[in-house]
Amino acid sequence: MPTEDQKDRREFMADAIRTSGVIAIAGGGGFLTGKRTTAENDGEPMVWQLDPDKCTACGNCATYCVLDVSAVKCFNAFDMCGFCDICTGYFEMDYESLDTAAENQACPTGAIVRKFVEEKSGQRFYEYTIDEPLCIGCAKCVKGCALMNGSMYLQVEHDRCLDCNECAIATACPTEAFYRIPASQAEIMKRRGAAVLNARGNQMLRTASGDQAKLDEANQLLSRTAVQRDWREQQANQENGGSTSDG
Amino acid sequence: MVKQGLRRTLKASMRLSRLFGLAGLLILAMSQLSHASDVIPVPEFSDYEVPISMPAPVESPVWEWLNVVLLIGALSLASYFSIVTRSRRGLFTLAIASLLWFGFARSGCVCAIGATQNVALAMFDSSYAIPWTIVAIFILPLIFTLFFGRTFCAAVCPLGAIQEVVAIRPVKVPSWLDHTLGLVPYIYLGLAVVYAATGTAFIICRYDPFVAMFRMSGNVNMLVFGGSLLLLGVFVGRPYCRYLCPYGAVLGVLSKGSKWHGRIAPEKCIQCHLCENSCPYGAIATPSSPPPKSERANARRRLAKTLALAPVLVIAGVLVGMTIGTPMAKLDPNVRLAERIIQEDAGEVEGTTDATDAFRNTGQPKSELIDLAIGIRDRFGTMGMLFGGWVGFVIGIKLISLSLQRKRVDYEPDRSRCVSCARCYWYCPGEQVRLGLVGDVSDLVPLNVDAIEAEKAVSK
Repeated sequence: MPTEDQKDRREFMADAIRTSGVIAIAGGGGFLTGKRTTAENDGEPMVWQLDPDKCTACGNCATYCVLDVSAVKCFNAFDMCGFCDICTGYFEMDYESLDTAAENQACPTGAIVRKFVEEKSGQRFYEYTIDEPLCIGCAKCVKGCALMNGSMYLQVEHDRCLDCNECAIATACPTEAFYRIPASQAEIMKRRGAAVLNARGNQMLRTASGDQAKLDEANQLLSRTAVQRDWREQQANQENGGSTSDG
Repeated sequence: MVKQGLRRTLKASMRLSRLFGLAGLLILAMSQLSHASDVIPVPEFSDYEVPISMPAPVESPVWEWLNVVLLIGALSLASYFSIVTRSRRGLFTLAIASLLWFGFARSGCVCAIGATQNVALAMFDSSYAIPWTIVAIFILPLIFTLFFGRTFCAAVCPLGAIQEVVAIRPVKVPSWLDHTLGLVPYIYLGLAVVYAATGTAFIICRYDPFVAMFRMSGNVNMLVFGGSLLLLGVFVGRPYCRYLCPYGAVLGVLSKGSKWHGRIAPEKCIQCHLCENSCPYGAIATPSSPPPKSERANARRRLAKTLALAPVLVIAGVLVGMTIGTPMAKLDPNVRLAERIIQEDAGEVEGTTDATDAFRNTGQPKSELIDLAIGIRDRFGTMGMLFGGWVGFVIGIKLISLSLQRKRVDYEPDRSRCVSCARCYWYCPGEQVRLGLVGDVSDLVPLNVDAIEAEKAVSK
């Protein structure tokens, strides 16, 4: 039988080990958080997003998402859109006739809304918007649009995404187009999309002429594209850094 | 590769042109141009402003804060119920609440079990910015376990809670099977850390059996796996926690040194063995005496043997691990892609996959990809050896702990296995006294302690 003295000593040792354990765990955690937190990410939550420049419109986004209806949706970058009458994203390749009947639409759920905008020198222009709740992220329109301007692109909608610790689509993506990005960034634009939006922002800035609302809008656009530029830069650095350390 | 893409574009445009006539010809010209970095420009509209599309912004991180606060609250409450009030009802209610909130409402991510991988990745990959909330979710249960035992498993973890609810008719798992299967969590932990550290995959999340249920949608295979585990859980208590959960393995080790672990008897154990069969998880350690003198030399020899065997096992593990690096690397998408490309080029497989098509379309040189894959495989070679060594170490420690025989007088929870569910408390006559339901333990147990001791002595 251990004496009281021995018991006390044992208890003291155990307490010492426990305390150092707590300090080690908390210190390790604090160190990880601190070390991995930079001015850019501020330790904020990360979210999943896909790089549309890497996307091949394979259709996995629609089928692999753990949600019944995928969190990935299609967007139209209007500044890249040709507003074509005969939209290769809107119409099925083997259409019966050129009208808006369901069998002629590329979109299986009819989620693309075609709206007439203007007729100019015999050409009719249409606006194509995506009715988000209907979109299933199948990328059929993205594939079609890629034949022309490539203005349609997929993005993860964060109000639907469950932020799985391991994204099921990312695992199935043939080009590893999925990234964890800081929550405040929210999106990844096509390089070209960011460039045209940046140009539009600059144009707005020039023509704002004191209109505060316009100035604000322009600055908003510019900061949005600046985030994209930074992210691309950071990505390129990482890839370079990665390959040198590997080799 | 670009040519191929162009040809495809051309083919599609040709088909269109046939159908579209003049318009099609225009498109054909345009789409050819598009590869020369020119596209159909946005028309100059007279009275229409080109809209700007934007995906929904991410909701504010208030929720993340709330979840950490709720986790602290739930852990404190679970520890309070388990140690202070010794309330099974309280723990069960809390477990249901955790199941509803951390499980169904939050849809399961991020959980402390999965956070293990984020932490492992953050340790090895300096470019991975780990949010502080994930670190908090990972370390809070560890710290609580150091003081109060596995109260996280008892009533906070939604995976534990869902199994706690279905543990209706538990049977006793044979000791040899229990010990063998009990090694799986440590091996799974090693594997998960390897895959997370290399940035390959989060396998704990990929093979999480219950998250599909919490979301009420998901991969059918995982739903079936989760369903079968729950069904099994009716008869074998908490199969995931005991035989798979890698985080539970870590908590089990920490729980061994917990300061205030829940005790079966509130005051003094009278060795009435009424609690012996109350635990559905086989976590009650029964009284045992050290081997008699005649056996002692044998026991000592056995311990010496296992102690000598442990380093041998580690070395053997490392040696075996040298061969498993290559198959382990197959989970990496780059390695898979490189292998597939090589196979396709050699004509070993028919057809192409989305990934190989996409790769060929990028025009990236094949050698670059293969070099990358070889680099990854090399890294897995080292990782495989470490993993093999880890498995050997785990088996060695298990054998040593099995050959150690400690003297134990009372019925106590086996701290590493006990999930502090508080089922056994009720079975203890002392608990009935504490609750004021009976005046004295002798009212319930008509045996006196001395008689038991005497009987024991005789049976020896």
